[in-house]
Amino acid sequence: MTTSTLTRVRRRGPRRRARAATALTPAAGLGLGVALIWFSILVMLPLSAVVLTTTEGGWTTFVETIQQPQTWAAIKLTVGEAVLVTVTNVVFGTLIAWVLVRDHFWGKGILEVVIDIPFALPTIVAGLVLLSLYGPGSPIGIDVANTRVAVFLALLFVTTPFVVRTVQPVLLELDPETEQAAASLGASRLTTFRKVLLPALTPAITAGAALSFARAISEYGSLVLLSGNLPMRTEVTSVRILTYIENGNMAAAASVASLLLLVALFAIIALDVIARRVARR
Amino acid sequence: MSIEIAGVGRRFGDFVALEDINLSVPAGQLTALLGPSGGGKSTLLRIIAGLENADSGTVTIEGNDATRLPARKRNVGFVFQHYAAFKHMTVARNVAFGLEIRKQPKDQVAERVREMLRLVHLEQFADRYPAQLSGGQRQRMALARALAIEPSVLLLDEPFGALDAKVRKELRDWLRRLHDEVHVTTVFVTHDQEEALEVADQIVVINQGRIEQIGTPDELYDQPASDFVLSFLGPVTTLDGRLVRPHDIEVAAGPVPDSVVGTITRWTRIGYEVRLEVTPTSGGDPVQVQLTRNDALQRGLAEGSTVWLREVAPVNGAHSPVPA
Amino acid sequence: MNERGPVRYVLRAIVLVYLTLLIVWPVFLVGKNAFAEGTGAFVDALTEPTTVDAFELTLVVAAWAVVINTVFGVLISVLLVRYTFPGRRILSALIDLPLSVSPVVVGLALLLAYGGTNGWFGPTLESSGLQVIYATPGIIMATAFVSLPLVIREVVPVLTEIGTEQEQAAVSLGANAWQTFRRITLPAIRWALVYGVVLSLARSLGEFGAVKIVSGNIVGQTQTATLVVEERYQNFEQTAAYAASFVLAAAAVLALIVVTLLRPGHAAAPTIRASAEVATPLTTEKDPA
Repeated sequence: MTTSTLTRVRRRGPRRRARAATALTPAAGLGLGVALIWFSILVMLPLSAVVLTTTEGGWTTFVETIQQPQTWAAIKLTVGEAVLVTVTNVVFGTLIAWVLVRDHFWGKGILEVVIDIPFALPTIVAGLVLLSLYGPGSPIGIDVANTRVAVFLALLFVTTPFVVRTVQPVLLELDPETEQAAASLGASRLTTFRKVLLPALTPAITAGAALSFARAISEYGSLVLLSGNLPMRTEVTSVRILTYIENGNMAAAASVASLLLLVALFAIIALDVIARRVARR
Repeated sequence: MSIEIAGVGRRFGDFVALEDINLSVPAGQLTALLGPSGGGKSTLLRIIAGLENADSGTVTIEGNDATRLPARKRNVGFVFQHYAAFKHMTVARNVAFGLEIRKQPKDQVAERVREMLRLVHLEQFADRYPAQLSGGQRQRMALARALAIEPSVLLLDEPFGALDAKVRKELRDWLRRLHDEVHVTTVFVTHDQEEALEVADQIVVINQGRIEQIGTPDELYDQPASDFVLSFLGPVTTLDGRLVRPHDIEVAAGPVPDSVVGTITRWTRIGYEVRLEVTPTSGGDPVQVQLTRNDALQRGLAEGSTVWLREVAPVNGAHSPVPA
Repeated sequence: MNERGPVRYVLRAIVLVYLTLLIVWPVFLVGKNAFAEGTGAFVDALTEPTTVDAFELTLVVAAWAVVINTVFGVLISVLLVRYTFPGRRILSALIDLPLSVSPVVVGLALLLAYGGTNGWFGPTLESSGLQVIYATPGIIMATAFVSLPLVIREVVPVLTEIGTEQEQAAVSLGANAWQTFRRITLPAIRWALVYGVVLSLARSLGEFGAVKIVSGNIVGQTQTATLVVEERYQNFEQTAAYAASFVLAAAAVLALIVVTLLRPGHAAAPTIRASAEVATPLTTEKDPA
């Protein structure tokens, strides 16, 4: 998922395309039909079921569910932590990308693999991984298990690659000479970064931030073991949904799920709009 | 007649790419489709190949109606501007592709591939990958691949367009010689008039989706059917309100009948050739004149001298006077 | 290179410390903890019948999900890139949806659609003998759902990049649609496809949230490897939890290494680089084809 995100950001501007795509042939039409049926069975129908179950309960059920103190606390916590994690990723992700592209040192290749580990690791394992350093048996004596710090750590772990992997290719295509030119013209390092690098990187950073935020608000697996799921304190929205499902309250589960879908959608669209505006400047 | 095109039209949305095209391509000849970019010549070539469908009209190849025939059944060799080399196959496998599709026996395929590679001078590159070849070599490989299937017609879409000037010139000469050897009916698209004039037996000038003129290089150059053909095939200048070629103007140091008098305002010497810019005394745009160094010296011409200009070997074309 | 002096080293140090504390050290500790009570305990933990069942189920599910996603992914990619049809852009946008949906929401969605008692289609399917939820088909669907776009997102940019000329050349040489796909298109997208498959596989082996909801977590029947990790940890069987985690983590890291080796330079897929229209000097090494 990393690389295509980045290619998408990278490939702006003209490129040669042999010919425009052609109209459907009968065989292609058949293929499209089969593909659409499977896509509907797997994705569209189930997601419609979530949205419809929400609307079936009516507006009051939705509002009541959201306003239920425990759920509202979970939503506030999730969004708050997601924002915090996204900001951290913007700063450190850009920094990591810069070091990976511009710096050269032994073991950089290993670092490239390390960056992707959070993507590849099963989320439940990610939770366990963090627990081993920051849990009860911590070799460095730090135990943040069952606190909000643990939620932050878990979300940060699973979202680390996003900004790095969107910024890296853009930085790669930026000529280091532009940075050097700015420096030779007397710009300080900070000015060079602010005036030369940042404008070029902003669309990529924004894209990474959007993905990071969307992932953070929907995270579940890595939090199960780490956060303790304490109501009103470390319980996130995904866990609330699960509790509703286990209690058989599908309307409430669907309500929170729809809200989650909506927030993720909103974040992606909003950040996309910002990125476009910046790119046009 | 090898290819017969009747009433072919093609639109892309509102854009008319081709309109009522009628054309006969003689068997065994090298025909150039010449015109500016976006004029429809590539679309016509792709319609002949079946890579694109015409909205109306028919295409007949060697007497068989090919209008509804899919590209793969037309037995047409097609060479693309950007080579379309199969990157994951060696040169030999590239050339063998069409033969393997036709399920020819292995030894026969190998023999034919060797023969084709010899023809395009790529024998020693048989086991290379396209990425290891130069542009010109890749284009020759593409040509061998198209010829291997013994196509009834060979179609080349801007075959030398992506190459640099020197390689282009070499390949052009080589294509002409190759064609004299193989004699397959060939149609190639180009926007380079020099290329068309030099290589083709017959030139079809296409502009804005229509055929402007069909003829031999000489006919087109000497008897252009329109100002467009005249100006597209070579340099032109305006003399007395008419388009003429700069080298078809006679320069006299003294008065002659039916001439335009003017002053030489610029003198440029390029090797054996002298280019003059003559500003008519009566006003109007400067006339560009081309003559040899000897002609210019004999007449004692220099910047600032007064000269009398008149058209020699007037083009007996039907082209209209240029609006003043 | 261009940044000399102390700033460069400070930045490098910050990055190294950050990644060590966040990723490297914790991941290393999982390996250490897995073998904390010796190799014997590690092997015992993994050979316990319910754990073996769980890993078997995970493999079966992942294999199905990957096969389905590969076939579907290639089909959709070709359709999206090579053909025009009404709704193409909407479909292209919707394809990415599963990546931004919470696993828990995926589980809920499948439950609401195919749940045996209350789901839209569940009762009908069950009366005809197909149980989806709390059974293997549901687990496969959940896994396929979350990893659905991975193959497509790898293949689409490469298909776009290579253009249609090679395919048209094959057609003009007499190849039919299937021959063109198998001999020209497939080899051209093969690295992207392998990359997508490996990513899908890694994701499929590790799916937890969605699977937890649709599987019912029945020990020995619908319990997958990731569910074993959760259960063992919550039952204070630390070594067992770490042992299973170690295997899953090793598979994930292995997948990453395979992908990294497959894609040298990391910045661009080999197919993309090869398509650049430059006359390469004759001395270049042989293509890894």
